[in-house]
Amino acid sequence: MRPFDRHTGKAVAIDLANIDTDQIIPKQFLKRIERTGYGQFLFNDWRFNSDGSIQEDFPLNDPAYSEASILITGANFGCGSSREHAPWSILDHGFRAVIAPSFADIFHNNSLKNGLLPITLPDDVVDRLIDSSKQPGGLEISIDLEEQSVKGKDVDEKFEISAFAKFSLLNGLDDIGLTLQHEVDIERFERNSVSLYRFSTF
Amino acid sequence: MRTLYDKIWEAHLVRQKEGEPALLYIDLHLIHEVTSPQAFEGLRINSRKLRRPELTFATVDHAIPTIGRDLPFNDPIAWKQVETLRQNCRDFGVRLYDMDRKEQGIVHVFGPEQGLTQPGFTVVCGDSHTSTHGAFGALAFGIGTSEVEHVFATQTLPQTKAKNLLINVKGELPFGVTAKDLILAIINKIGTSGGTGYVIEYAGDAIKGLSMEGRMTVCNMTIEGGARAGLIAPDETTFTYLKGRKFAPEGDGWEKAVEYWRTLPTDKGAAFDRTVEIDASSLAPFVTWGTSPEMSAMITDRVPDAPPPGRDPHSFSKALEYMGLEPSQPIQQIAIDRAFIGSCTNSRIEDLREAASVAKGHKVAGSVSAMVVPGSMKIKEQAEAEGLAEIFTNAGFEWRDAGCSMCLAMNEDVLSEGERCASTSNRNFEGRQGRGGRTHLVSPSMAAAAAIAGHFVDVRNWEFRN
Repeated sequence: MRPFDRHTGKAVAIDLANIDTDQIIPKQFLKRIERTGYGQFLFNDWRFNSDGSIQEDFPLNDPAYSEASILITGANFGCGSSREHAPWSILDHGFRAVIAPSFADIFHNNSLKNGLLPITLPDDVVDRLIDSSKQPGGLEISIDLEEQSVKGKDVDEKFEISAFAKFSLLNGLDDIGLTLQHEVDIERFERNSVSLYRFSTF
Repeated sequence: MRTLYDKIWEAHLVRQKEGEPALLYIDLHLIHEVTSPQAFEGLRINSRKLRRPELTFATVDHAIPTIGRDLPFNDPIAWKQVETLRQNCRDFGVRLYDMDRKEQGIVHVFGPEQGLTQPGFTVVCGDSHTSTHGAFGALAFGIGTSEVEHVFATQTLPQTKAKNLLINVKGELPFGVTAKDLILAIINKIGTSGGTGYVIEYAGDAIKGLSMEGRMTVCNMTIEGGARAGLIAPDETTFTYLKGRKFAPEGDGWEKAVEYWRTLPTDKGAAFDRTVEIDASSLAPFVTWGTSPEMSAMITDRVPDAPPPGRDPHSFSKALEYMGLEPSQPIQQIAIDRAFIGSCTNSRIEDLREAASVAKGHKVAGSVSAMVVPGSMKIKEQAEAEGLAEIFTNAGFEWRDAGCSMCLAMNEDVLSEGERCASTSNRNFEGRQGRGGRTHLVSPSMAAAAAIAGHFVDVRNWEFRN
């Protein structure tokens, strides 16, 4: 996993609540067996018309935001399907962080495991960031994971993240390697505990 | 005093250390063609194996055709994905229930049907509707592909404990009001993120009165209310359903299992972080009008003229525009083009019986094309034996092979731009059933009735022709 420590970049806002993973990456792009190359399909049905032409008024198509690397959205971002293709496509498109008032649980987890930082900030702060991002010149935001801070014009906020997720992100560690260090515990559990609740073999 | 969730959690703790997520043992891992290939690839890259291949079961459901299965797929990319699953299952020693097997079906129909899903288990799958299995009193939740790989390699998952939310459904569901209407009502009440951060336990007389099929419908859509897992305490209904199924405990093991399962229900007086009360007797059939499962109304109501308090106004107006509906339009005046009866929410035998009882002796409206997609090939066989298939085909419904089909429209079962569908599935998101398609979520009987009438009708007033 690509580590995350600090990032400074332009922000782009999609000012809607409950953006689901079907919007982030529609299902017709889930048939590939690779982990990469999904950026071109990000928000496909909002970015492109059915004939393949560009939907001019979608923020990601606005040249002013072409360099954006921080996405700001409404509450409950990433609800719906558990497809990890959602964070894969967001990262592959060039985003490093998503800021929202709240995230769906599975999407939040999937993001952390791929080095995409989901940042939860209060509604009014997110509203201010969205407004600033729409002003001429846009909004540049600096994120410091070690400090757990988000800084930009008129904004200087701290965000919460679990110590474990923070450590993994800062060091780019994948969970499997960490868990395999506890193999003794897993073996002990299989020897002593499984028979207490399992009464058939498969 | 502990909740059902607390008990399963504690029984599966492999390791717990302050400041780290707990390590939870996984009893059953279900996989399918769409979210597994990258996880297998990860194992190969790191020269890892499956720790316990016998606890992993595979089937194909998401992208496969529901018609013409003896022919090559029209979609070469979907074919490659299925072939990849076959190769991976061979290479890593996983049992695969492929399209030529009568057990094949939607992964969340297949698991319970084979007796794999058992009370007190932890069940995961790379699919958000894994919450379905909570109907058995199993802690079941959807995971991403990285987590699929983690379970492959370690048979565990690092997890942070969620909070306990009790949804207490008192009273009795009135005639014509089903488990689907109940869960739509619950989501309407708590909102699509109302359960975020919680595991939900459904309890109360109305829940106890549900069949296993109905309980699975309720738990299935838990994720639509934001909670990753929904649970229902195991009871006699659960045990009766499980007994004799292929992978269920047998003989002495069965007795011991039931004895253990009886200890699982939440202790009297156990504390929940939050409680929501619903009165089942006040409910009517529900129809969604928007592009989020929380956007729903009773069949006797109208499309709202303003967003409900606390809900996002942008999303409200965008939803009405996408759905091509007017504020205050009566729900019963909404005409449909398509009807889809199927999905892991509503494709089990009881769902098909319910829809068939409405369809019997009627004809699908000339303006509507309707299809029934059973949840598994076993259900298909049973429905044919019970005469349900004949009722459907006589009424003009297409009768297909098992799969996810038009619930997510990854195969060729897709809505065209602007088409409006009465669907028994679980998500009415924009484009979910096809780009520009308009989805209204309903129960199987409401979908059948809408297919016949050509528009939504109140199934409580239906003319049943038995």
